[in-house]
Amino acid sequence: MELLLVILVGVLYSAGIYMMLRRSMVKLLIGIILLGNGVNILIFLMSGITKGKAPIIPEDQIGFLEAYADPIPQALILTAIVISFALTAFALVLLKKAYTLTGTDDLDSLNIQDLDI
Amino acid sequence: MTTNFILAPIIVHFITAIILLCFWKKVLAQKIISVIGNSIAFILCVKLFELTLTNDVLVLQTGNWKAPFGITFISDTLSAIMVMLTGIVSLAVGIYSTSALNVSRIRFGYFFTFHLLIMGLLGAFLTGDIFNLYVWFEVVIISSFILMTVGGKKMQMEGAIKYVTMNILASSIFLTAIGILYGITGSLNIADIAIKIQEVENKGLVTVTSLLFFVGFGIKSAIFPLYFWLPSSYHTTPSAIAAIFGGLLTKMGVYALIRVFTIIFIPDNFTTILFIVIAILTMFTGALGTLNKKNIRRILSYLIVCHIGYLIAGVGLYTELAFTAIIFYLIHDVIVKSNMFMITGVIVKIRESVDMTRLGSLLKDYPKFSMLAALVFLSLVGIPPLSGFWPKILLLKESFTQGNYILLLTLILASFVTLFVIIRMWIEIFWKESPKPLTEEMDHFTPMPKSGKFALIAPIVFLTFVSLFIGFGANNIFKLSEKAAYELKHKEIYIDAVMKTNT
Repeated sequence: MELLLVILVGVLYSAGIYMMLRRSMVKLLIGIILLGNGVNILIFLMSGITKGKAPIIPEDQIGFLEAYADPIPQALILTAIVISFALTAFALVLLKKAYTLTGTDDLDSLNIQDLDI
Repeated sequence: MTTNFILAPIIVHFITAIILLCFWKKVLAQKIISVIGNSIAFILCVKLFELTLTNDVLVLQTGNWKAPFGITFISDTLSAIMVMLTGIVSLAVGIYSTSALNVSRIRFGYFFTFHLLIMGLLGAFLTGDIFNLYVWFEVVIISSFILMTVGGKKMQMEGAIKYVTMNILASSIFLTAIGILYGITGSLNIADIAIKIQEVENKGLVTVTSLLFFVGFGIKSAIFPLYFWLPSSYHTTPSAIAAIFGGLLTKMGVYALIRVFTIIFIPDNFTTILFIVIAILTMFTGALGTLNKKNIRRILSYLIVCHIGYLIAGVGLYTELAFTAIIFYLIHDVIVKSNMFMITGVIVKIRESVDMTRLGSLLKDYPKFSMLAALVFLSLVGIPPLSGFWPKILLLKESFTQGNYILLLTLILASFVTLFVIIRMWIEIFWKESPKPLTEEMDHFTPMPKSGKFALIAPIVFLTFVSLFIGFGANNIFKLSEKAAYELKHKEIYIDAVMKTNT
């Protein structure tokens, strides 16, 4: 399971970066989403996967008698998901605005740097 | 409880932002509330600075959870300096914004976002928890996205898309690095990680993680190959926003870099050489970028990049004196860069243009303002008694003692290019005859009401006095930076402060 997730993280990262390097705005957005998900799964993976154990210690148990799932990464992902959700929503609105301004999906059409020399 | 005081400036900005929500469409009320909030926060920042200096290190364990488990807030000398600078600049820019920004932007919630941005900055400077640092970073960047994109002109879009994409990428890399760091140490508290990371056997993995942090913070602080978003986005925003961005936002990346690389990761040979090379290239490309530009704001954007190089060079040298030099430089740079952008804003008010070829003869029409601007310009270059001189000479001396002659040459070259560019700017804007006849309609400054003029000029005068104080009271600032540098070099102070105050 862990190996599978490791491969998934790699695929998500590389696909995300590849999509971010495209000229199309929609692909840029997809890249951002893929990369965000890759990061979240990476954090989830970092403490190791424990199958069938809740991230809490039962009431009648004293100390860590057997391995339990580490709760911190789950708390971290919860924060990270919310943040990446907000950033993605913002990027979506921004790209929509850029699309209505230029009328094309091509990021190169925004380039007006050359005029300023 | 003095330790609870750490949160005071953050909370004041937060409450101000919430109160501003209730006055969404009322422009005048927003201005007044914002100025009051900024003033209170400024006083609290000064108080926190004073408390930190008398107590050495202030530590707050939120919710009384003991050190490695809860979220820690810590204010050591470097944090206190950054908080103080944020207080000064946010007060100045806050007052400046009341007059500089047009009504529609304020109606779109400018002040609300501004206070959240400052809150995020203060939080990032004061936190002692690496994941918490990430969260504060996100507070800052989402606020900066809003400030940068409101207006929605085509020129803004281009800069904003680059800015947003690069910042999201930087956050992802930063978060990846945090994930891996948590995986190898099992902790998120910076002081606790610093202890546990020494026992990690896989040193290669530690170096890779440290470089991930370097890239993540490097994008935010605009170092050599990763800086291109900065010159294409900073010049599109109004001056008040550019002042806060140029002064504080890139320095937040540098601050995080200094923090992480002095406490968690101790750079080995490879990393320090990498730092020096990157610093040299950053200075070089930043300096060359200024030479062919005619737009003042764009020149200033490249100067930010160039001067980030100085700071990275100091981290690369990794000696106590080098740290002293860069902390001193940081203090000087935050104040002067914000001031430069605000001066640009006044020039735009007077002449409707930021193009150097279309400006001119300001000295004749506005002699007092021109002299004030000259003082700030010369501070940036570092003409001897003014503020830029002392840290530069320290950095030069340190790179000479370390025998790093290429760095020495680049530092001198970058300083000369800065001098050349600033002198050229001065001549083009203030001295030469205006290329086209001046008409009354161009000048939006003179018809302004007295209070509006005051709100524009007073912050500039205030920041100029601060930079004059840095220049003439260099001894005090030097002692302060030395203390901060000592704490950075002896990381036990930080670690002990966090781990032992388990009350």
